[in-house]
Amino acid sequence: MKRIVVLVVSLILVGVLITSCAPATPTAKTFTMGLVLSTLNNPFFVTLRDGAQAEATKEGVTLIVMDSQNDSAKEASNIEDLISRKVDAILVNPTDSDAVVPSITKANTANIPVFTIDRGANGGTIVSHIASDNVAGGKMAGEFLGNILGKKGNVVELEGIAGTSAARDRGKGFNDVMSASFPDIKIVAKQTADFDRAKGLSVFENILTAQPDINGVFAHNDEMILGAIQAAEAAGRTGIIFVGFDAVDDALKAVKDGKLAATVMQQPDQMGILGVQTAVKSLNGQTVEKSIPVALKVINKDNVP
Amino acid sequence: MAMEQALLRRTINWRGFLRRYGIVFSFLFLCLALSLLSERFLTWTNVLNILRQSSINGIVAVGMTMVILTRGIDLSVGAVLALSSVVTADLLQGGLPVPLAMLVGLALGAALGSSSGLLVSRLRIPPFIATLGLMTVSRGLALTYTQGMPITALPASFNFLGAGSLGPIPMPIVLAAVIFLAGHFLLTRTNLGQYIYALGDNPVAARLSGISTRTVTFFVYALTGFLAALAGMILAGRLDSAQPTAGYGYEFDAIAAVVVGGTSLAGGEGNLFGTLVGALLIGVLNNGLNLLNVPSLWEQVVKGVVIALALLLYRAGKSR
Repeated sequence: MKRIVVLVVSLILVGVLITSCAPATPTAKTFTMGLVLSTLNNPFFVTLRDGAQAEATKEGVTLIVMDSQNDSAKEASNIEDLISRKVDAILVNPTDSDAVVPSITKANTANIPVFTIDRGANGGTIVSHIASDNVAGGKMAGEFLGNILGKKGNVVELEGIAGTSAARDRGKGFNDVMSASFPDIKIVAKQTADFDRAKGLSVFENILTAQPDINGVFAHNDEMILGAIQAAEAAGRTGIIFVGFDAVDDALKAVKDGKLAATVMQQPDQMGILGVQTAVKSLNGQTVEKSIPVALKVINKDNVP
Repeated sequence: MAMEQALLRRTINWRGFLRRYGIVFSFLFLCLALSLLSERFLTWTNVLNILRQSSINGIVAVGMTMVILTRGIDLSVGAVLALSSVVTADLLQGGLPVPLAMLVGLALGAALGSSSGLLVSRLRIPPFIATLGLMTVSRGLALTYTQGMPITALPASFNFLGAGSLGPIPMPIVLAAVIFLAGHFLLTRTNLGQYIYALGDNPVAARLSGISTRTVTFFVYALTGFLAALAGMILAGRLDSAQPTAGYGYEFDAIAAVVVGGTSLAGGEGNLFGTLVGALLIGVLNNGLNLLNVPSLWEQVVKGVVIALALLLYRAGKSR
């Protein structure tokens, strides 16, 4: 008799355990998430926060936003805070890829899933990393330049610091689309200017001397393209189409002034939206990709903000 | 016998000649090679490109030569260049007249240089450490001051320094030439120049012979800061923009120009003619790599090998 009671009670307990462990129905569960940003003193991250907040409201997620003020110590205490508040997920945009690792490890120990946005982490367990798709951005820049040149001509590529992921990815996207879609466009020079405006200027001065016929230039960032524009102006060379990357303020101004044909812009609001979406999906038991690419946008004189 | 002596004298002269001008041969050899490889190399435009591109490093290297002659080193030049140029640009955008803003910027450069001069001469902090500290502080201040953003669109009369020209000669080249001549005059024709060499040669002897070694040390760092600020203004004028990230790694380019130019890191030996050739050699090398479209992943390797070969040729002349 006693045995039967024990058995029944155990069965009930197991049943309760199983049902409670089974994926919760979406209607029953509301999530609380923490979003830790490296800084809010930068329009980029403010837009990112706004995107995340809008998506959170849409999905019924309570979002706790925290500002690390570019200080890794502040970031660490922000994340500790979220861990002790037992949030369901932490979205972090690290101030530094190394300094954030101990905090991520702590969250891992507390079984709180971590997602990184824009800047990655060099350790700890990350469910997904949400960042701009630089390869796609390089492709978009190449397509824009190729079409505006009428699919023919001589093009120069100013590369970023050799070995950085941004230079590698943007260059890959650009070169892929050039060889695939624009066989009549020749890349006559391909040189690094280290993402630097002064180097962009002097390297392009040299290339202008070496190449009498240049129709277009793509640079892996805006600083280099702004230097190149300066060099072309000083040398009195006109009719060159310049395309940059990043949409920094000086570049947007150059687009408005008609000096720069286009620049590729990251979409921080999309980063925020995708960050929250991915975390919700993952908490609901769906599998999510390790790396979530965020689309970019070509900014030219028609859509310059 | 007489003939033997004559022969001996000739070989000695030859050795001395190579010792003094070996780097010039390396330089000319590099130019010859590049003019064979690219028909664009020896054009007027390209020669102006090289001179203009070398002028900023050259001006910084003039100060660096004097610091190294006193057995010192200055790692802060790139950061001082950045800080003084963003402050100047900010003042210009605030409406300060060009000469006044420039004066403030140059004074700031000199003051920053003076601070490492004081640390080295008064507190006896090793130059490497003192200027490393100043480098970090100045870079941090430049970034904080601008919130990391470049300051763009400067008055045309200011940009004249970097983008204008005097007759057919671009202003950066004119300014670099003036600085080199003035520096050469200071080192070879003034007491201060003699003191700089004496200090680097033997600091104890220099002090015992009544030279105020502290003043001389202070002076070379202050001058280097001043010249870095001037170079920063030329760069900002060339770009129509002052950048808080400007000048990263300029300390190494300047040190390379000085050392390739034959100035000894042990102090007391070297001259500005060598530094000029050193700066031009680095300029020609960068220019040549672009003209020949050397793949970026190989650039640094090629650069390093060419500089090593140039020095090897020079050393060969020295030790034989």
